[in-house]
Amino acid sequence: MFDSGWGLSLIVFLPLVGAGVVLAIPKAQEETQKMTALLFAGAAFVLSVLAVFAFDFGGAAELQLGTDRSWIAAINANYHIGVDGISLPMLVLSTFVTVLAIVYSWDHWPDPHNPKAFLALILILATGMNGTFVALDLILFFVFFEVVLLPMYFMIGIWGDRAEVVVPVLKLKTEMRLYASIKFFLFTLFGSAFMLLGFLALYFNAPERTFDIVQLSEYGQAGAFATAAGGWIFAGLFLGFAVKVPMFPFHTWLPDAHTAAPTVGSVLLAAILLKLGTYGFIRISLPILPDQAQDWAPIIAILAVIGIIYASLACLAQTDMKRLIAFSSVGHMGFVMLGIATLTDIGINAAVIGMVAHGLITGLLFFLAGSMSHRYHTREMARLGGNQKLMPIMGGLLGFTAMASLGLPGLAGFWGEFMALLASFNPLDGLPLGVFRTAMVVGAIGTVLTAGYLLWMLQKVNFGEPKEEWAGKEFHDVDAYEMAAWAPLVVAIIAMGVFPKIVFGATNDAVVNLVQQAFGG
Amino acid sequence: MTNFFSTLSILAAAEGDKVVEFSDGGTLAEFAWLIPVVPLLAAFAIVFWGKKLPQKGWELAVGAMGFVGLYGTVLFLSNFSQGITYEGSVNIAQLGDMAVEWGWMVDGLSIMMYFVVGVVGTLVFVYARSYMDGDIRFTWFFASFSLFAGGMLVLVSAANFIQLIVGWELVGVASYLLIGHYWESHENSSAAIKAFLVNKVADVGLFIGAIMMSVSVGSFRFTDILHAVEEHDGTLSQVAFWAGLAVFIGAMGKSAQFPFHVWLPDAMAGPTPVSALMHAATMVTAGVYLVGRLFPFYLTEGFAEEVRVVIIIVGALTLFLTGLIALVQNDIKKVLAYSTLSQLGYMMAAMGAGAYTAGLFHLFTHAFFKALLFLGAGSVIHAVHSNNMSDMGGLRKYMPWTYRTFVVASMALAGLPIFAGFFSKDEILASLNYASSNFSASVGGGSVATVVLVMAIAGAFITAFYMTRTVALTFFGEYKGHGEPHESPKLMYVPLIILGAFSVAAGWINIPGITSWFTDAVGARFQIVADHHATSFDVPMLVLGLAAALGGIALGWRIWMPDRETQSARDTFRINGLYPLLENKYFIDDFYMGAIVRPLRGPVARSVDWFNGHVLDLVVNGAGFMAAATGKLVYGFDQRGLDGAINASAGGAGKMGGLLRLTQTGRIQQYVVGMFIGAIVIVAGFVFFGQ
Repeated sequence: MFDSGWGLSLIVFLPLVGAGVVLAIPKAQEETQKMTALLFAGAAFVLSVLAVFAFDFGGAAELQLGTDRSWIAAINANYHIGVDGISLPMLVLSTFVTVLAIVYSWDHWPDPHNPKAFLALILILATGMNGTFVALDLILFFVFFEVVLLPMYFMIGIWGDRAEVVVPVLKLKTEMRLYASIKFFLFTLFGSAFMLLGFLALYFNAPERTFDIVQLSEYGQAGAFATAAGGWIFAGLFLGFAVKVPMFPFHTWLPDAHTAAPTVGSVLLAAILLKLGTYGFIRISLPILPDQAQDWAPIIAILAVIGIIYASLACLAQTDMKRLIAFSSVGHMGFVMLGIATLTDIGINAAVIGMVAHGLITGLLFFLAGSMSHRYHTREMARLGGNQKLMPIMGGLLGFTAMASLGLPGLAGFWGEFMALLASFNPLDGLPLGVFRTAMVVGAIGTVLTAGYLLWMLQKVNFGEPKEEWAGKEFHDVDAYEMAAWAPLVVAIIAMGVFPKIVFGATNDAVVNLVQQAFGG
Repeated sequence: MTNFFSTLSILAAAEGDKVVEFSDGGTLAEFAWLIPVVPLLAAFAIVFWGKKLPQKGWELAVGAMGFVGLYGTVLFLSNFSQGITYEGSVNIAQLGDMAVEWGWMVDGLSIMMYFVVGVVGTLVFVYARSYMDGDIRFTWFFASFSLFAGGMLVLVSAANFIQLIVGWELVGVASYLLIGHYWESHENSSAAIKAFLVNKVADVGLFIGAIMMSVSVGSFRFTDILHAVEEHDGTLSQVAFWAGLAVFIGAMGKSAQFPFHVWLPDAMAGPTPVSALMHAATMVTAGVYLVGRLFPFYLTEGFAEEVRVVIIIVGALTLFLTGLIALVQNDIKKVLAYSTLSQLGYMMAAMGAGAYTAGLFHLFTHAFFKALLFLGAGSVIHAVHSNNMSDMGGLRKYMPWTYRTFVVASMALAGLPIFAGFFSKDEILASLNYASSNFSASVGGGSVATVVLVMAIAGAFITAFYMTRTVALTFFGEYKGHGEPHESPKLMYVPLIILGAFSVAAGWINIPGITSWFTDAVGARFQIVADHHATSFDVPMLVLGLAAALGGIALGWRIWMPDRETQSARDTFRINGLYPLLENKYFIDDFYMGAIVRPLRGPVARSVDWFNGHVLDLVVNGAGFMAAATGKLVYGFDQRGLDGAINASAGGAGKMGGLLRLTQTGRIQQYVVGMFIGAIVIVAGFVFFGQ
């Protein structure tokens, strides 16, 4: 069934079909809508698991299970899809988290309710995310990359936080959701505009005009883009991807978007959307523009560690739990980018496992933060003390996830962090050792600050006696839907921590091949 | 084709050729991976099912620990007879050329630790059954405690750096959980965070050192790294000094060496059995253990030999400075905590002097008598419901078993002959003496060792002095607390008696000139550790050490014992000038808080946040604002100019207006339908443009 790309195409487009079906169901029949959405998302997940079994891990460096058909012949854009050891884990992560998001939504509807539209948006989003991870043609990639934008914009803009905010300095008064959604949209669009320019420039600069990523990689590795234009192209792609990751200093949309987004929106944003940027670096920038990647690597490494320290310090200043978690993403993605910047097999392996781990861990943190603010109607940590007493299971899960997030060895988050640091000790030959070794030390210090803000968060939220304002109130601990959505994440976090081969087993050959082809290392 | 399951194979690469002069331990060593796994599984099982069991999970915890104790004892004994070196490995990931492995080291060093953790652990777990009876989080306590045991055994069984780090941090988390066991109080959760963060700072060193060594050798395995040392590998040699120093910084954190020692006294906020097992007998010795594991690296010329001068100085400062603080503590657990710090200083100093056996021997004997002291203190606290010695006194009449065993342990700690501490402390003094005449210039020469030796002898005096004070204030004089104290239940004092026996006899396995079992046992390793080891007593050192101990006891006795009525008044005994310094712990905690923690959490963090909102965002918001303003301008032009023309055609305008209204109704449904249609158009593109 995975012959000629059918399986992958189904994984990508089944959710879209599901969105259509959900929209066709009358508004009152909410149960049917939920079942339908779950069915389609679940089918995509099951198919992606089947894809794992159909995948030949001996040839993980090769693109598999795909197809390459002519699409827009006029510009030689093809419907070229496929997965290798790098994209496979990302694809599974994406379908997996989508299912959990729908399960969680079952009983948690943000205002203004309307499950039908909300579910349809999740499904459209899923198509965009899954598509991005299998696309091997720049136009196709771009389309999927942008399809993701709108559903998230609406999720934040419609179901987002209605609190009033005043924009600093400009003193504009507006609703959080409006401010955040527009900021998210414009920021990302700004980045993608440059990315698209980059894609077009690649097309016109290629020896033979094509949007095919595989072909362009071959050209690039033969030195076709080792020109002045290449530098500009890399810069364009960099902007597009760096905004999405987000890297310091392009990250300011993220805390607002996360804080304003409904729980499920935050989860998908953190778990999958951010990875589109880092994935873009690995799939497009590095193989197609290896020379420019080496020029830019020190800059990326420096921005990455600035991001780590900067985000950790910003986290220390947060009083809003969700905003703290949002800022922490900037730091964690800093480790991923540091790994990529080393341009070594270990660093890029670290980046991929870091992406998956961050997806699971921060996804779970946002779930927890969402459920807690759902119950307390506040995210102010100062008011939340003693949660461990009021809701022991919720508190325990928060403790577990915070430990995972601070990179505790034995849980998923450790591998990405530690291996990224390890790779920075010996980056690709020719990269400035001093910069990378300093980055290693600074990054390692970042892990201390990370532990600091997470432990202090736990202290404020979980420990101590409950505040007086909650006296006499009944809080019911984790419910069945929450458990169903979270337990798989917990299991995955432990499994990846204890046995990282689950991810590295897929990625290593592909990464080694990439580094060999692009950098001869 | 390689499918998903076959890619998960865990077969590790074959071992390289190593000089093995010992037995491979057979099946016993092959299955030693069970040692860390069983307690970890117990921890899981207790979390999920503990509350449903008749003993609320304790039976699982003590069962797992007993298994380790038994396994450790069998290994320990067979190591005596044949010497075991075995390294098992499974592959858990491959990254480029580096193999990430799970291993289990079964050699003299790790076997000694299995034995200590297993035996002391089992006794403490039995004791804790009674001590923690009725605790609000009884089950959770044993889950965390088992997690600690598992983590500690992961650490000591580690055959490579990755696994060591896993164990290292697992015990850190367990320590955090158990120090903060009573998290209702802010003070306790702060102590837990302090322990975690101080260790995390030191771990920066461990991480970097581990990375430098492993990357240089191309393997995370200790045997490979030490093999490279044997071969005088150039790449490793280049980074050796900094790598050795960095790893030692990690060891300083876990073993609470000055100036990272600040977390340990605060860690006493945890329940007493935790203090006994983790913060005295086992976890805090992990740093000493790590230096021991990498010992050839620190011993060999051209590698981290120079770091040893740092190690010996840090050890000496720790043993001396923290011993002094113990003198002014009123909380009995704090006295023991500072005493632990001081003894860890001895171990480190010995390691720095190049005395592998002496350092580890002291680790070994100390584990028994210090665990006993803590459990004894726990028994006392249990009886008088206070940690303060000012609420105790005269307890020897009420708690005979606690009293007898506590005194035995105190004599062992003070280093009186026959008792275990005598032999191990004497060996350290002898090694320091040897180093003072044989230290090579690259390690600072003999004068450093001589100064350290003097500090160590002074430390012996201080140790005896504060232990006499503790015994006097707790067990002698009149009872000053409330109620009628009584001896603890059997489940508590029987472990005390057993530990008491160890506190006496543990020293006998390494009597210079008579027995060398311990020396031979910890010497069973893949890479032979060629340290200096005395074959007979160093008589001058023996006399000096003994004189210091007896002097400390005599002076302590004179100050606190002569007239029992005024005993508490005499505790106001002050060393002028020095007292405020000791009372405030040399102001080190205040310095850390004032100069690092508070500024970081306060002004620095806030200014970064401010910068984010007011500077970086200003660019974004400003750009957005400008764009909006431009839009308005263009729109105005559009309305008056272009639109005029369009409006002229009324039909068109009507239709446009209708469309516009549609999107402005604010109804979500329509947006989503619109998007769906948009997506369908893209799909349709495949069909139409395809082929």
